[in-house]
Amino acid sequence: MRQETITARRKFLKNFLANAVVVGAGDQLSLPVAASANSHPARSRVVIARDPQLRGSGSSVDSQHMLKLLDRTMQSLFEADRADEAWKKIVHPGQCVGLKVNSLGGRGLSSNPVLVGAICERLQQAGIRAADIVVWDRDTRELERAGFRISASGNQVQCFGTDRVGYEDDLAAWGSVGSRLSKILTRRCDVLIGVPVLKDHDGAGVTMALKNMYGAIHNPNKYHPNGCDPYIADVNMLPEIRTRMRLTICDATTACYEGGPAYKPQYSWHENALIASQDPVALDTTGWQIIERKRAQQGLKTLEADGRAPRYLSTAADPRHRLGTNDPQRMEKVETALA
Amino acid sequence: MSLEQTGHENPALAGADFPERARLAGAPVLPDRRSFLRCALCVGAAGTLGTLEQPLDATPAAPTAQNRDDSHFTVEARFYEKLPNRRIRCKLCPRECTVGDRERGYCGVRENRGGTYYTLVHSRVCAAHIDPIEKKPFFHYLPGTLAFSVATAGCNVNCKFCQNWDISQARPEQLPAEYVAPQRVAELAKQNRCPSIAYTYSEPVIFIEYLMDTADAGHAAGIRSVVVSNGYIQDKALREAYGRTDAVKIDLKSFSESYYRQVVSGELKPVLDSIVTLRRMGKWLEIVYLVVPTLNDGDAEFRDLARWVKTNAGADVPLHFTRFHPEYLLKNLPITPVPTLERAKQIADAEGLHYVYIGNVPGHPAENTLCPKCGHMLVQRMGLEITQMLIDKGECPFCHQPIPGIWHA
Ligand code: SF4
Repeated sequence: MRQETITARRKFLKNFLANAVVVGAGDQLSLPVAASANSHPARSRVVIARDPQLRGSGSSVDSQHMLKLLDRTMQSLFEADRADEAWKKIVHPGQCVGLKVNSLGGRGLSSNPVLVGAICERLQQAGIRAADIVVWDRDTRELERAGFRISASGNQVQCFGTDRVGYEDDLAAWGSVGSRLSKILTRRCDVLIGVPVLKDHDGAGVTMALKNMYGAIHNPNKYHPNGCDPYIADVNMLPEIRTRMRLTICDATTACYEGGPAYKPQYSWHENALIASQDPVALDTTGWQIIERKRAQQGLKTLEADGRAPRYLSTAADPRHRLGTNDPQRMEKVETALA
Repeated sequence: MSLEQTGHENPALAGADFPERARLAGAPVLPDRRSFLRCALCVGAAGTLGTLEQPLDATPAAPTAQNRDDSHFTVEARFYEKLPNRRIRCKLCPRECTVGDRERGYCGVRENRGGTYYTLVHSRVCAAHIDPIEKKPFFHYLPGTLAFSVATAGCNVNCKFCQNWDISQARPEQLPAEYVAPQRVAELAKQNRCPSIAYTYSEPVIFIEYLMDTADAGHAAGIRSVVVSNGYIQDKALREAYGRTDAVKIDLKSFSESYYRQVVSGELKPVLDSIVTLRRMGKWLEIVYLVVPTLNDGDAEFRDLARWVKTNAGADVPLHFTRFHPEYLLKNLPITPVPTLERAKQIADAEGLHYVYIGNVPGHPAENTLCPKCGHMLVQRMGLEITQMLIDKGECPFCHQPIPGIWHA
């Protein structure tokens, strides 16, 4: 790490020089109105939808039950009579929709392919072409290990990792760290829907909507010090992410209250729920409460007492970031359950 | 902009070694890193190039994952301890990352797999080149020779001025790389008449296992090892790893903790400790200080730095004040003005340091080595080339003052 340069420079250097990035440049970026803090309603709605019968009599999630649970979630979130009405509020035919899943936890603790399949089905019913849906994460092999079928051509839902197409050469920066962004995000997706998993995280405290975006940058390891604070908030401020992000549907079918983010069966439980919101800070705050409840049931210390309270949430809500609210008074929490 | 400086043909050094050096060192100015890597390894290098060729848009070329079996680069890390719950604590650098299962440390090249910590970059060379040793820079160590220089991806800090951020801040799987075993590095160095192997470009701390094995392989083949490092490393690892090498250049990036925190994402104190330890170990040591306008260019800082170096490392340790070029996250700052570098040198000279140089300003008189006793010029340099070498048997030929350094292989 020095100024002794290697002989050859990147081909894009000239291009990069023309798009100079300076520390703190993000502070001056003007975001499109649609994605600015003002677009959050006065109260952020967070829906927690549960289905005790989600797995029927087995241990796997049942696809029909999942579709119903997803419909209930979306209708509740958008106060729509029909699920397709809800979806049409966030996507439009002709758009390419990226589903950013979390596949780090293998089959045990990744975004459930049954949930992702249900989202894809409803997106298509809302007029999105199958080939315009991209299910993605950082690494193709991790996606496969998590149970996703890889496809990258034809008239079907696309599913692959950034390792297959790479990262942008140019640096994106908001705050103190710069990153190269996934080309799936920058070149394929018009709209982004986050599909994270409800998890404990050894560094950040919890990981859900906001930290899921670490999968969009080439150097997430540089964003882990200090409990990932302010880095989680900073990453979500990158215009390429913020302007595309429409919705988070957090997979809480199987969740983890300790030992995350890797899958440890002894710390996982079936919550059989989905948590959805357009406000990622409110969603993460709500998920944190669920994890704390579970930890208390299990006789574990709170994350605060464990030195792992998710401080990034207040940073994400601060006047500099305004990614959403972490104030329960400004949230409208809707809990619903399928009979 | 590139700091690559091409040298001049040196009539004064028309010995057998130097035309060869010019041929080897001057050749490759290549269009991209892939060609660059291939060129440096082309002399009998086995193996195929990395498989990370990427299409131009965001459509994968084929529907299945690329073959990225990294098992031959994956070796258990040497400096870490196991923690409950399949977590580990890395003991290689002062950051001491605690890393959960399936996660990586800050440097991005070490991964916890089921409670065992692995380096992912053993023998995973993403950059290799034959450089004049002056490029590192080493001015008092085997001057006029070539160093077979290697790097892997990754770094344990994140300097906002890094010129090699495209490799230092990348994860190994994001870069094309060759498998180059330690013995192969030694062979290549020998074939290319490089008396030393340099671990450089990114940060050798994070590929320490590879460095250790390669240094051993090099010594077995009669090739020395030189390290170009930030010195941000724990004491035990420093002693075990750098103890196997022959010379170390430390990038002392500032003399202020706040600069280290804000610009480097590291700490000053452990770096100073490393310098002291290296001196006690008797390693040949040179120090570089990159002068960044407005951030670390105050008189008081130069003075404090010089005093500290003199007291803790000795007046004979070469100190290079080098010129900053705007890069990476500090593109808003200007190139360091030459008068700033001259002021730094004046202050350090006045504090009694014997060998203070100005770097990245080709042709500047402060590239030369003067005898601290009689003032005669002993080594004349032009960029990376030596144009006159008068040191004889480690002494000034005019007044017989010993000139510290390793002058001959
Ligand atoms: S070497 Fe890497 S993993 Fe180890 S402590 Fe340093 S940054 Fe962390």
